[in-house]
Amino acid sequence: MLHIPLLRKGKEYKSLDAVRVAHHRTREPFVEISQANVGLVRRDLNEQESARRTLAAFTTDELIALSERAAKIFAGDELPVGDAAQTPEDYVAQVSATTCLPFVMARRNMEKVRGVMAEMRTVLNGLTRNLPFDALDRGYGEVAGQTVSFFPRALSLGVVLPSNSPGVHTLWTPSVALKTPLVLKPGGAEPWTPYRVAQAFIKAGAPREAFSYYPTSHAGAGEILLRTGRGMVFGDAGSTSQWRDDARVEVHGPGYSKIVFGEDCADDWEKYLDVIAASVLDNGGRSCVNASGVWTPAHAEEIAASLAERFASVSPRADDDEGAQLAPFADPRVAARISAIIDEGLALGGARDVTAELRGGGSRVAEWGGCAYLLPQPLRAPLRAPRLPARCGRMKDEDSLDHGGRGADVLRELPARQRPGG
Amino acid sequence: MPVVTTDELQARVEAARGRLDAHVREIVAWHFDPATGCDFWLEHAKGLGFDPREEIRTYEDLALLGEFQDEWLRGGPVRRWVPRAYQDRPVYVFETGGSTGVPKSRINVEDFRIDYEAFSDTLPDEAFPRGADWLQVGPTGPRRLRLAVEHLAQHRGGICFMVDLDPRWVIKLLKSGQPKQAEDYKRHVVDQALILLRAHENIKCLFTTPKLLEAICEKVSLKKLGIRGVFCGGTEMTPQFHRFAVEELLDGVEFRPTYGNTLMGLAVGKPRLPEDDYAIIYYPPAPRAMIEVVDPDQPDRVVGYGETGRVRLTTLTREFFMPRFLERDEAEREPPYGLYPWDGVRNVRPFSRFQTTVVEGVY
Repeated sequence: MLHIPLLRKGKEYKSLDAVRVAHHRTREPFVEISQANVGLVRRDLNEQESARRTLAAFTTDELIALSERAAKIFAGDELPVGDAAQTPEDYVAQVSATTCLPFVMARRNMEKVRGVMAEMRTVLNGLTRNLPFDALDRGYGEVAGQTVSFFPRALSLGVVLPSNSPGVHTLWTPSVALKTPLVLKPGGAEPWTPYRVAQAFIKAGAPREAFSYYPTSHAGAGEILLRTGRGMVFGDAGSTSQWRDDARVEVHGPGYSKIVFGEDCADDWEKYLDVIAASVLDNGGRSCVNASGVWTPAHAEEIAASLAERFASVSPRADDDEGAQLAPFADPRVAARISAIIDEGLALGGARDVTAELRGGGSRVAEWGGCAYLLPQPLRAPLRAPRLPARCGRMKDEDSLDHGGRGADVLRELPARQRPGG
Repeated sequence: MPVVTTDELQARVEAARGRLDAHVREIVAWHFDPATGCDFWLEHAKGLGFDPREEIRTYEDLALLGEFQDEWLRGGPVRRWVPRAYQDRPVYVFETGGSTGVPKSRINVEDFRIDYEAFSDTLPDEAFPRGADWLQVGPTGPRRLRLAVEHLAQHRGGICFMVDLDPRWVIKLLKSGQPKQAEDYKRHVVDQALILLRAHENIKCLFTTPKLLEAICEKVSLKKLGIRGVFCGGTEMTPQFHRFAVEELLDGVEFRPTYGNTLMGLAVGKPRLPEDDYAIIYYPPAPRAMIEVVDPDQPDRVVGYGETGRVRLTTLTREFFMPRFLERDEAEREPPYGLYPWDGVRNVRPFSRFQTTVVEGVY
């Protein structure tokens, strides 16, 4: 079986403590992942300066070039995953196996990550608002005639990652070009992408000391965020709440993104239907930026009916089907549980499952290929409808529309269902 | 340890079994004799419909008594557990499982001394020098460790310094979402330990828990401070922690993991062998206590060697008789070993079926 080791400042370490993650379809163990004990993480993070020095020895331009090379390697080369080799297609299949994402989505996310790494110059220009890169190297420079100074506020960036979608990994890749070593805690079901990105950077010439990779417990994740100067955390409201007031940590999640129509646009709703449908459905509804609600002051019925019609044609397909739009649930009980919560909300009155009529009364939970899928559907509800939460009270006399698929607001009540950032 | 042939091991296993059966007869006779037994067992015997002194002749016969119930030890009167033969002796009470609700209590007269003296015989003098002083950093209060480690130090000719930690408070802090306070408390404990370690050159032996060991080693090199041996226990220990302690925390300082609890006594760790890959293997102090690994669904069935099951403890001392108590732990069953020719347990950890919420504290 594949084994993914830790990376302790780039050095592989096979832990005696490992967890096995199953293939979502066969339920057979698919990969074994070394787990870092908390003390090991803490001990390693006692000394962060040496890793920082290895990156500081490069100029920003050199690191940008290195990122560009790493982008090509990430997308095209065979790279190590523990003792095994991983081709790009292996990577896609592996991501799919443990996250349930169809191949086509895994590939799309891979391209997204590659794109950010390849466009690192543009990304850095955006992040620094076109600060001349030599200011990053020298520590000072000039912008619009003013002298500015640059001072890294952290010796490393700690990132506690989710499993929902590999697209989130675009957010931390600029750290390398900013000369800041990475301390990564992968999501339990998505160990693949951070490991592969790190290997791509290393193959491209980055110092391996700059990459630490610690699959670990919740307590270990906490140590990473406590002990690195800057951090990112992805997760649901419960797991991120303790970091919300910590200025060092950027919190991503839990999502609940909305589309809001202004009164000036609502009459043109048909123009935006593609955007709405894509916002809801793209990436299988797994991203935090997937819309979980559409709020409109008018035409809710028409919008709901049109979306229902589009969603009704979405059905489960094979993992390697290029037309796949839905990802199944690794645990079929979760789909049933979410559906039951939607039903409970509907039973309270005031809201309606618009797709139900098109489904001919069939269940919104579909069993296919040994897996359970939750079919997307708009739930039509007035703004003040009970138990269809997260409705903002600022719009007057509006109708509002929630779709009850992957991104429905009702998911908020599910502790097990996270849609962290990305 | 010289190599023991299969035949020799078998002979030792049989001899140990004979001693165990004889010990069972002696202990049952003691606890069910109105002159020496405790009120609990004498009262219990009235409902059995048989005289255990007649019917229980071997270790297996203890099955006639059924499983020892957890709640028997919760609440009073605790004197019902004191054997009549010891009514006039000073009695200690030790507690376990008190993070929530009423803890289990076990009375003690001399057992902790006997157990720790026996354990002392397994410690190498090079790593735990006779006459050296000890430092105990860990839970004391109502726990047996409060007196046991101190007695161990004294038994070996040393003096024991103490730093206390209240794990119930730590669990309360963590459950109420106050990790920072828990961390501050840990720092407070570790700071006290460091002061003592730096101030007393004759402290050469340390008892502490895994998490506190990590925290101490984060601050100092125990080797440089003169520590020669670490006796570690009190909570679950994983093979990975064992390896981490040996390879990274201790710089060659001797590491002795133990599995003990208030109810059973102190199990000795099997000497570390490369083929065991840092598995933590314990053997009970037979015949005073036995550990078995049983099928959780059929607790009468002991699982095969290498198989996983629930830990069942039996304590057989004159002070305390606890037959077939299903512990809240699971483990793999380990075959007899030359030094300890009876069943052991490998990688003891909390029983997975009970694990709803795990609070990871500084304890």
